[in-house]
Amino acid sequence: MNVVVCLKQVPGTTDVKIDPQTNNLIRSGIPNIINPFDTYALEEGVRIKDRCGGKVTVTSMGPPQAEQMLREAISLGADEAVLLSDREFAGADTWATAYTLAVAIKKLGQFDIVICGRQTLDGDTGQVGPELAEMLDIPLVAYVSKIEELTAQRIQARRMIDEGHEVIESPLPVVITVTKEINVPRLPSLRGIARSQSAVIPVWNTQQLGADPSKVGLTGSFTKVVKIFFPQRVCQAEVFEGELEAQVDRLLDRLKSAGLI
Amino acid sequence: MDYFLTEQQKTIKNLARRIAEEKILPVRAELDEKEEFPWAIMKELANADMFRVFVPKEYDGLGGGCLELALVVEELSRICSGVAVGYAATALGSFTLIGYGTEEQKKKYLPAIAGGKLAAFALTEPTAGSDAGAIRTTADKVEGGYALNGTKQFITNGGEADIYTVIALTDKSKGPRGASAFLVEKGTPGFTFGKKEKKMGIRASATRELVFRNCVVPETNMIDKPGRGFIMVMKLLDLSRPGVGAQAVGVAQGALEAAVAYTEQRIQFGQPLANLPVVQDMLAEMAIQVEAARALVYAAARVVDSGAYDYTESSAMAKVFASDVAMKVTTDAVQVCGGAGYMKDYPLEKMMRDAKITQIYEGSNQVLRNAIANDLRKRKAKA
Repeated sequence: MNVVVCLKQVPGTTDVKIDPQTNNLIRSGIPNIINPFDTYALEEGVRIKDRCGGKVTVTSMGPPQAEQMLREAISLGADEAVLLSDREFAGADTWATAYTLAVAIKKLGQFDIVICGRQTLDGDTGQVGPELAEMLDIPLVAYVSKIEELTAQRIQARRMIDEGHEVIESPLPVVITVTKEINVPRLPSLRGIARSQSAVIPVWNTQQLGADPSKVGLTGSFTKVVKIFFPQRVCQAEVFEGELEAQVDRLLDRLKSAGLI
Repeated sequence: MDYFLTEQQKTIKNLARRIAEEKILPVRAELDEKEEFPWAIMKELANADMFRVFVPKEYDGLGGGCLELALVVEELSRICSGVAVGYAATALGSFTLIGYGTEEQKKKYLPAIAGGKLAAFALTEPTAGSDAGAIRTTADKVEGGYALNGTKQFITNGGEADIYTVIALTDKSKGPRGASAFLVEKGTPGFTFGKKEKKMGIRASATRELVFRNCVVPETNMIDKPGRGFIMVMKLLDLSRPGVGAQAVGVAQGALEAAVAYTEQRIQFGQPLANLPVVQDMLAEMAIQVEAARALVYAAARVVDSGAYDYTESSAMAKVFASDVAMKVTTDAVQVCGGAGYMKDYPLEKMMRDAKITQIYEGSNQVLRNAIANDLRKRKAKA
């Protein structure tokens, strides 16, 4: 079973600050981590390999420092890694990102399953996985919380939906996006760390990928981020005073008039 | 303090710390309370290659030495020395095989241990503790090997381990010189487990009796030659004592951290306890003791790893000093934390209970001080 896992390096915090002058994320002082949902994707890929044999290839589109994340992925059980990095990739929206990843996955050769995390911690769109399936022209099962069955030809996966879950069967190859319910990611191993330190990680740019330059990065993006701003927090606190019962009555009145009860 | 560890040693130490903090910390109180053997954590340690650390490279190990092992034991003990003991006892149960086993024996057992099968070492008996020469378990030559008869007591990893290094008398008339070492697998007919001990500390570790009734092991399971058992045991314990020292350093370090954290946040007389000079004096003294113990343990481990011929004194000093420090520091840590230190909601009372064993096993500190004094007189105290 050949598994490809897509990873993204993200700032290791959910409490991002925005520079009011430039409207950019303030990244200094925040360590980069593997997008948490992607760690479940990687773990699931490694478990599939442990069960069925084959190999796990990890890939990421990102700046040169994303190589460090790919090394970490190798210490966690990935066999090979490829970094997609080029200044031309900068500013890519989900569509251009999915295009770049799709070209890379095709170039990697035969594959059975592509696994992505359900969404990233920073972009938070959850679109790259589904778009990737579209561009690879293969089926998608999103929000997978459990692989029920996996054979050389088919996958049966449980996916989370608002009302509960569905069990979907699909032929391979397939793209799945996974939720955190699917597994508990392992810690690295000493041999994995040693392997990750000596691994050679190729870096592919637009040309090496053979990608269409008009479809990558900002040029290939349909959406553009016009403005990033911090939402104004409107928080009004009212303090009731006086007798306790009167306070409770006033609270009830206020809640009723606000239509909350 | 910087001990100039290699990159690999730092990697080992960091990963052991991560496992301890992420996997052991959430369950340590429960393991202590229930006296439960931490199989899930042993599996985590195996998956992270921790059991490979002390196994030679030829047998699927990483070829680390006494220092690498000490780093792992220290980091695990910093969070829970009960769990650390299950790991360290496997190293103890493997060292005789690593040092003196035949190629076939090593090929048969070491890759399994490297992969996470537990081992144990069995010397102590009801009649033989510090006086190890007084063992009574016998191994009589029979057709197809040796028949073991007798009872081993207080055996760490007893019942949980798959591979046991057992010391038994092949020639009763020779006393200690008639002792030999055998590899005995769990499940061998005639080999059963007796009472599981309830303990004051290191309660997550298993301590149990081994009972041998006409347990026949093949001759190929004898390590080295008949009569070499006692000499190998003495060498083994010299080698393993820095590990007990590391266990002591770990538990003391854990107690120091907990004491500093508590005294920082506990407000009395309108200020944190840590502002009081009398408390600062105690914390500083604890920190000095822990650092000195660590330095001595690492130094002794490096002597062992250097291939020195005799390291009895260095390794005994490291064990004695570090274990006395562990007892003192954990006791003082309970003291500075007052009532909270005494309560089970805080980790300090457990650390104090856990520390005590390090002064007792693998040579009581009294016996080891004797040994140190003997060596001291031999070398006329010259440094």
